[in-house]
Amino acid sequence: MKIVLEHVTKRYPNRNRKIKTEVIAASDLNFEIPDGQLIGLLGPSGCGKSTTLNLISGLEPPTEGRIYFGETDVTDLPPEKRGVGLVFQNYALYPHLTALQNIMFPLQNLKGENRPSKQQMEERAVETAKLVQIDQLLERRPKEMSGGQQQRVAIARALVKRPGVLLLDEPLSNLDARLRLQTREEIRRIQRETGITTVFVTHDQEEAMSISDSIVVMKDGAVHQIGKPQNVYDDPVNLFVAKFLGTPPINVFTGEVKNGSLSIGEEAVLRVPGAPDGEVSVGIRPEGFVPDENGAFGCGLDRVEIMGRDTSVVFTHPLMENEQGRAVISAELAAGLSGDKVRFSLKPNKTHLFGPDGERIRFDI
Amino acid sequence: MKNDKRPINAGRKIGKGVTYALLSLWGIIVLFPFYWMVLSSFKSYGSYNAEYIPKFYATDPTLQNYRSAFTEVPLAKYFGNTLIFTLATTAIMLVVIVLAAFAFSRLEFRGKNIVFALFLSLMMIPNELVIITNFVTITDWNMRNTFWGLILPSVTSVFYIYLLKENFEQIPDELYKAAKVDGTSDFKYLYKVMLPICRPTVITVIILKVIECWNAYVWPRLITDDQAYFLVSNGIQEIRENGFGRENIPAMMAAVVVISLPLIVLFLIFRKKIMSGVMRGGTKG
Amino acid sequence: MKKQNLKAWLYLLPAIAFLGVFMVYPLFDVVIYSLEEGYNSASQSFFGVGLYNFSYVLHDPYFLQAVKNTLILVVITVPVSTGLALLISLGLNSIKTLKNLYQTVYFLPYVTNTLAVGLVFMILFKKTAYSDGLINLLINFFGGRSVDFIGGPYWAKMMVMCIYTVWIVLPFKILILTGSLASVNQDYYNAAKIDGTSKWRTFWRITLPLISPMLFYLIITGFIGAFKAYSDAVALFGVDLNAAGMNTIVGYVYDMLYGNSGGYPSYASAAALILFSIVFTITCVNLRTRKRLQF
Repeated sequence: MKIVLEHVTKRYPNRNRKIKTEVIAASDLNFEIPDGQLIGLLGPSGCGKSTTLNLISGLEPPTEGRIYFGETDVTDLPPEKRGVGLVFQNYALYPHLTALQNIMFPLQNLKGENRPSKQQMEERAVETAKLVQIDQLLERRPKEMSGGQQQRVAIARALVKRPGVLLLDEPLSNLDARLRLQTREEIRRIQRETGITTVFVTHDQEEAMSISDSIVVMKDGAVHQIGKPQNVYDDPVNLFVAKFLGTPPINVFTGEVKNGSLSIGEEAVLRVPGAPDGEVSVGIRPEGFVPDENGAFGCGLDRVEIMGRDTSVVFTHPLMENEQGRAVISAELAAGLSGDKVRFSLKPNKTHLFGPDGERIRFDI
Repeated sequence: MKNDKRPINAGRKIGKGVTYALLSLWGIIVLFPFYWMVLSSFKSYGSYNAEYIPKFYATDPTLQNYRSAFTEVPLAKYFGNTLIFTLATTAIMLVVIVLAAFAFSRLEFRGKNIVFALFLSLMMIPNELVIITNFVTITDWNMRNTFWGLILPSVTSVFYIYLLKENFEQIPDELYKAAKVDGTSDFKYLYKVMLPICRPTVITVIILKVIECWNAYVWPRLITDDQAYFLVSNGIQEIRENGFGRENIPAMMAAVVVISLPLIVLFLIFRKKIMSGVMRGGTKG
Repeated sequence: MKKQNLKAWLYLLPAIAFLGVFMVYPLFDVVIYSLEEGYNSASQSFFGVGLYNFSYVLHDPYFLQAVKNTLILVVITVPVSTGLALLISLGLNSIKTLKNLYQTVYFLPYVTNTLAVGLVFMILFKKTAYSDGLINLLINFFGGRSVDFIGGPYWAKMMVMCIYTVWIVLPFKILILTGSLASVNQDYYNAAKIDGTSKWRTFWRITLPLISPMLFYLIITGFIGAFKAYSDAVALFGVDLNAAGMNTIVGYVYDMLYGNSGGYPSYASAAALILFSIVFTITCVNLRTRKRLQF
């Protein structure tokens, strides 16, 4: 079912009692997650994404605002009444129970008519185990299983109650690199098969972008942008979002707009009609550089890294935020690069302007 | 949560109240004997015995009991003896276990593992077994009624060697290698690097040993029958049996208060260290 | 690292010396003593080698009384103190304000001299010509009759002994259990909460299994400690425990060694070895059970 957060705020009193101001973990969250979608909550650590997850699950009540599952106001409901499944970062599998017993555990809490018989419980547990492909290991204890296997048990335990909402807290961060790729596909597959609205929290933007239907980018307790991964990448609303998404990261320069023309340093590098005059930060995606002898933008060439299909051009520029920048061009175009200088022309749709406050300044392409 | 808009279960509040009530009840049960101890020590002899129903306050508070405690029996001597015993035993123990823990943790030698396993197995031997022979040994060496007789058998405990060794082992090898390159001798390394780093454990061991020594009863009782060498515990026992303990309860209480005070004060000061030390010691066991 | 044999042994020398003289040697010596029959400490001679000493001890009514006392003590105090400690620890774990205060107070008995406090207990429980004692006052208040817990009937003395023992051992157990409870990862409780697990079920199926190693440890050490009870009894009843009928096994050992009977190390050794074997067996049984019940 869909999840609606309506002006949800979460404040904590400061742990240092001498400081009177409260800590705002989540600030005026106001968005809707459509039914049946896989959503990634993305952001650096401390941005409030885990808090948001806790608010949705009901483990923490909001200081202000309301939360709805479907049409039902669940704000005042404790977690067990909301019908959520939660997969913890460290799985929280009961070490003294087997995988099967762990998965059956939630079912044993059901009361009254809803309570299935012992046999039904086991059947449902096995069925869910098959869904996550852990049915061969049901008699093992958690410490006899690998990290990836434990996680699948945790997912099964969350799913066995047939919740309306599935929440995952940093599901991939405890896995090694190879397993991560595999598991994130698993998560998507499971979500597609069950159709349950799923929200997962991560700090890895590549992860979030690769499997989510939509991503929610957060920082300092506030939502900065929501949208389909490609849209958020192509059309960031502010400098933070632009810098957070994309590998290799966006290259940022200081520049100036005058009369519809963008200059970086002495060079006028791009026409930006519709943009107001003033100082700007210029973010250029790695794929936005085209090597061109007559290109408008000159940089110092540090080195060229061959990657086979693409070539990475590592360059320098006095007005760049970092010491080095990286452009990614297709290998064929790299042939002419030599010496210690390189000239580029810029793709307008990969060049983004941001004002002094970090907000995006749009121009006509 | 203060801002929890969920209907606060009345049951939860009652539950909390009951919990506090029961916890307080046990607190009272624990504290009461101490209260009574102190209270009685201030009651005068006459008023104490006149109370058929014991009163909860002193009608006629007096310090006489404390005077009696020090004058009628050699309480100060017991105190002093215990102090000497505790300090000496703890000091010697420290030397012994630091050296041994260092050997086990830092030095490589043939048979190291076997020897350590043997040491560990010694932990299983209960004190009650060895005390018999030690009694005979000390008697044969004519060390009854001497300080050395009291101290020597009380010095070691494999347990403390084990604790310290574990702690020493946690110091990374690189520190040792760096010190060696600087030309530091092993002993200097032990003294200047390992001990300071492991200070918390050392302090824990010291505290535990001090408590053990101050409260020692069985061994002193066994080998001393000369009052001049009594420690506080068998001193108390002596007062109770042969001294004024039998009739002069308030004075008895005064003596008890006096000997309990040092450790209680120590405890109140080093509360956190003591409790965490005992916990670590307990869980490692 | 090249072998540093000499140096190592040098460092170990003090420890080996002390342990050797006061631990290893006695171990063997005790066994020998226990097997020497008719040992006379005055002449340092003995008749022969055999199990006479053990037989003597096992037939000695004082020893049997001591065994009975000790057994009752063990059977009563270990479950009671462990259960009580668990309850208190659970209570402590659920509150935040004043928690430190309570923990400090509860730990007080651990640092005090058992003989000293035992005296106070004795005074509170004893009925004398002068006064019935405070405890009896309480009993009267609730409508019961006064009993002399220190000088009176056996059951009363046993009761005081158990109460005092529990009072003494509780601080350590509470400390260990609160630590153990605190170390349980909050995530387990959150996961159970999400699944709507009742409080009772959470305790029984999650908390208890997770702290069970510590519980077992406390039970085993509790058993061992209770079997070795001695000073607490002396604190309550005075040195002549046989007269009070409240002797313990360890008390018997010391009596044989030194007390009224004066100088029978053989009997003492035999009794001590019997004690040791009882404790050893029980510990093994406990460990075996623990292995089976562990996850």
